[in-house]
This record gives sequence, C-alpha cells and structure tokens, in this order.
Amino acid sequence: MTLYFTKEHEWLRVEGESAVVGITKHAAEELGELVFVEVRDAGTEVKAGESVAVVESVKAASDIYAPVDGEVLEGNAALTDDPARVSSDPEGEGWILKFRITNPDQLSGLLDAAAYAALIA
Amino acid sequence: MSTDSLLHTPLFSLHEDQGGKMVPFAGYAMPLNYADGIMAEHRHVRTHAGLFDVSHMGQVKVRARSGSVEAAAKALERLVPADIVAIKNGRQRYTQFTNAQGGILDDLMVARLDDTLLLVVNAACKAADIALMQDELVDCLVEPLEERALLALQGPEAEQALASLAPDVKTMAFMDVRALDVDGASCVISRSGYTGEDGFEISVPALDASRVARQLLAQPNVKPIGLGARDSLRLEAGMCLYGADIDETTTPVEAALEWSIQKSRRKGGAREGGFPGADIILGQLENGVARRRVGLLAEGRAPVRGGAPLYSDPAFADGIGKVTSGAFGPTVEAPVAMGYVATAYAAPKSPVFAELRGRAVPAVVASLPFVPARFKR
Repeated sequence: MTLYFTKEHEWLRVEGESAVVGITKHAAEELGELVFVEVRDAGTEVKAGESVAVVESVKAASDIYAPVDGEVLEGNAALTDDPARVSSDPEGEGWILKFRITNPDQLSGLLDAAAYAALIA
Repeated sequence: MSTDSLLHTPLFSLHEDQGGKMVPFAGYAMPLNYADGIMAEHRHVRTHAGLFDVSHMGQVKVRARSGSVEAAAKALERLVPADIVAIKNGRQRYTQFTNAQGGILDDLMVARLDDTLLLVVNAACKAADIALMQDELVDCLVEPLEERALLALQGPEAEQALASLAPDVKTMAFMDVRALDVDGASCVISRSGYTGEDGFEISVPALDASRVARQLLAQPNVKPIGLGARDSLRLEAGMCLYGADIDETTTPVEAALEWSIQKSRRKGGAREGGFPGADIILGQLENGVARRRVGLLAEGRAPVRGGAPLYSDPAFADGIGKVTSGAFGPTVEAPVAMGYVATAYAAPKSPVFAELRGRAVPAVVASLPFVPARFKR
C-alpha cells in the first residue's frame, strides 16, 4: 500500500491496481463543511485531470480530478446521507471514491507525503 | 490569496484576533467565516445572536441646503420609487436607485432622523451612488460618512445582548431608527437586518467600533459571523443580493419588490412617478411583466447555484429563465435558490427544471421567504 498526494489536494491510497481517493485535511479545512458529494457513475473511464466527483460546500462547488488515468469503481455511499463526514474525517471514513488505475506509470508523477507537506507549508 | 492591497474596515484586527478567514470583497478584506465555519455560524444566528462587520457598506447623510427634511425627502424621491416624504422621524424604509430603463442601480435603506436622511448603500455601488446624488440632488448636501463603522447584531438573542449596553433598544420596533449611546459611543441604531431574524444595525464612530464590537462579543451567546453565513441567511430570508438577484437589467417589478413602491408614487398617487424609469416601472405595475423573481426548491441535496439555466421541460427545449442565487440552506436543510422565470411559471408550486452539470434537476417555484421572518413588528 502506497499513499500519494496531488497538487489539487487529493490523496490516493494505492493497493495493487486499485486506489481509494479522497481530499486532504488541508483541502477539507479550506472548503468548510460539505453539504453534497456526487461521484461519477461506476464504470466511467477518465483520463488524469478529468473530473471524477463534485464536492459542494454551502458556498461553492469544487471538482475532484482523476489523479491518473482510470475507471470509477464506486463512490462512498455513506456520503449521500452524511457528506459532512468528508469534513470531519477526510483521510479516513470520508474517502470519496474507489478507482481502478489503468496507467500506473503516471503514479511516479504524484507527490509523496513530504512533498505535499512542503506544498501547503 | 493576498489581501495586502485591500481596504480594511475598523474591525480588521478584531477579525484577525477572532481567526477570521479573510477574503477580498468589494475592495475590502472581509471575513468569509471564522473557525466554526459557515454552517455553524448560520445556525448560531438563527438560534442565538451573531455579530457581523458590514462597515464596507456606504453610509451617507443627505440634508437639504434649506435645512428642511421634507425638502431632502422630496429631492431623494427624484431618484427612488419609494415614498420618502412619508417616512416618519425615527423610521426607515427600503428602496432602490433606478435608471431610465427602470433597472436597479443599487438597493438601499433610507432612515429619517431629525433634519437628516441617513442612507445605507451597497459597498460595490457606493462611489456611483454618491456621485449620482451629488450630481442630481443639487439642492442637498450629500455627505459620505467615512469615519463610521457599521455592525449588524442579528438573531433571537440580539435584543438581550444589545440591551445590556443600550437598554432603550428594547422599546424599538422593526425599522425604527434611533440615536443612542452604546458604551459611551454615539451610535445610530436601526432595528433591521439582512437575515430574516430580529436584530439591529449599529452605526458607530470608527474609533469606537472595535471596543463596542468586543463588548457585544463578550455578551452571552454572541459570536462573530462572516460573509458566507450572511449570504446563506439572506437567501433563506428571500432577500435580494445586488449584482446577483437584482441589477441594472432588472426592474423592481420583475424583482418582486413592488411592495417597496407605495401608492403615493404609483399611477394616480399624490406624487406619481418622477423617478428614473417611472414610465416603465409604473406601466409594469399596471400591465404586469414578462418575468418574475421567484424562490426555487430543487429535488435532492445538490445545490443549484447562480447562473444555472431553467427550463419548462427536462429535455432543455424550452428555456424559461435562470437561477440568480443558490446555496444549501443550513436551516431549511435543503438546497434553496432564487431566480427569474417567465411569468407563466411564477406561481408557487410551478414545476421547472434546472440544468446542473448537464442533467435536468426537477424543482418547484416556492414562496419566499424559505424561513419565516421573525421581525419584532
């Protein structure tokens, strides 16, 4: 299991060819309490940088981008009734979607925990 | 985001002390929210009391050169459709500056206090409003009050909190205005606001503002509230945001603000018309309009936001308007929005469809406000 981060303030926990994706604690603090989370349909294939989900605070909607090429496997169903879970536990129970990685070579272009910490410092 | 080049209100240091997340708004560095966040701040105002810094708004004194407040009121009626002459001493009224097309240049509050009219106008419009009045009201002295801050204390516990510093506020009714001392500072207080709750707006000398604000924050159950919750509170209260829900292209009648145009200024009234765009606005009052501002409740939890197109059908064949403000309403616990629709769809419960990320979201037209007003009449 390897943990990666993106410049768009997402985290990606990779196990084999699949990954769990969420937003970082920093992003969750910036967005404030979420009121709605919508993940694209399971089976949707996306390129890195395309939107895979939308998270909404009271004030604004923000896209969640695919960190690498892949396919949406499932959204976190618990967020339908309790989107605020992303705000309270963004790197745990507030995960947003599961994702199948189709181009693992792109992972080397992502950040590790130290590089992400430096980015937001 | 840098806020270095922005103007500061007299409460800037207080916001930083309170942990405010400062953002640019109308040229000022203003708090979007504090540590509790927008949802919690919104709910706090509905259940207790919240203190807002609205010092970025323009406060303007208008007096007739003759010294007669009736003359000042008559002069201001050349620019707005409300009956200003009828405002009694110590009362205030909501109105709009209009243009020749009947569009809204700004919306504002006008209070009458002794020989003076006191106006509160929007931050983004204040320079234009002052220039307009200085050009058009040559029989008046138009004086921007640069050295005054404006605080809003809103919520069911606002009276209790303010009365501990100025007991006389207990005797004020909704839209009353009075000059009162608050902790030794010479303030002008109105019982009004932008949340749908009971509350007060307090004009205070800049030098006293921080001290008075800290005194109010020291009262039980008073918390500082940012612009984020101010927006969600006013949206639930069905109140317009200038630049979003009303602007130079919308008339007061299209915006469903005709309640603010008294009979005396309408056709057949004692002082009929005489303001910019009167022919258009009075005609619309008689004959109706092609579109109206309405409330909208969308199905599901996804907020439908400003700019979303509205249709009569889910296939997007028949465009009937657009959303002008939308957010998740923390008190309603559902998405709330307002926008303009063709008049045929303006009746409550009319079904419409909003376009959201390419999908048709069913919505119904809803009466405003979304949350009942709790003013002290």
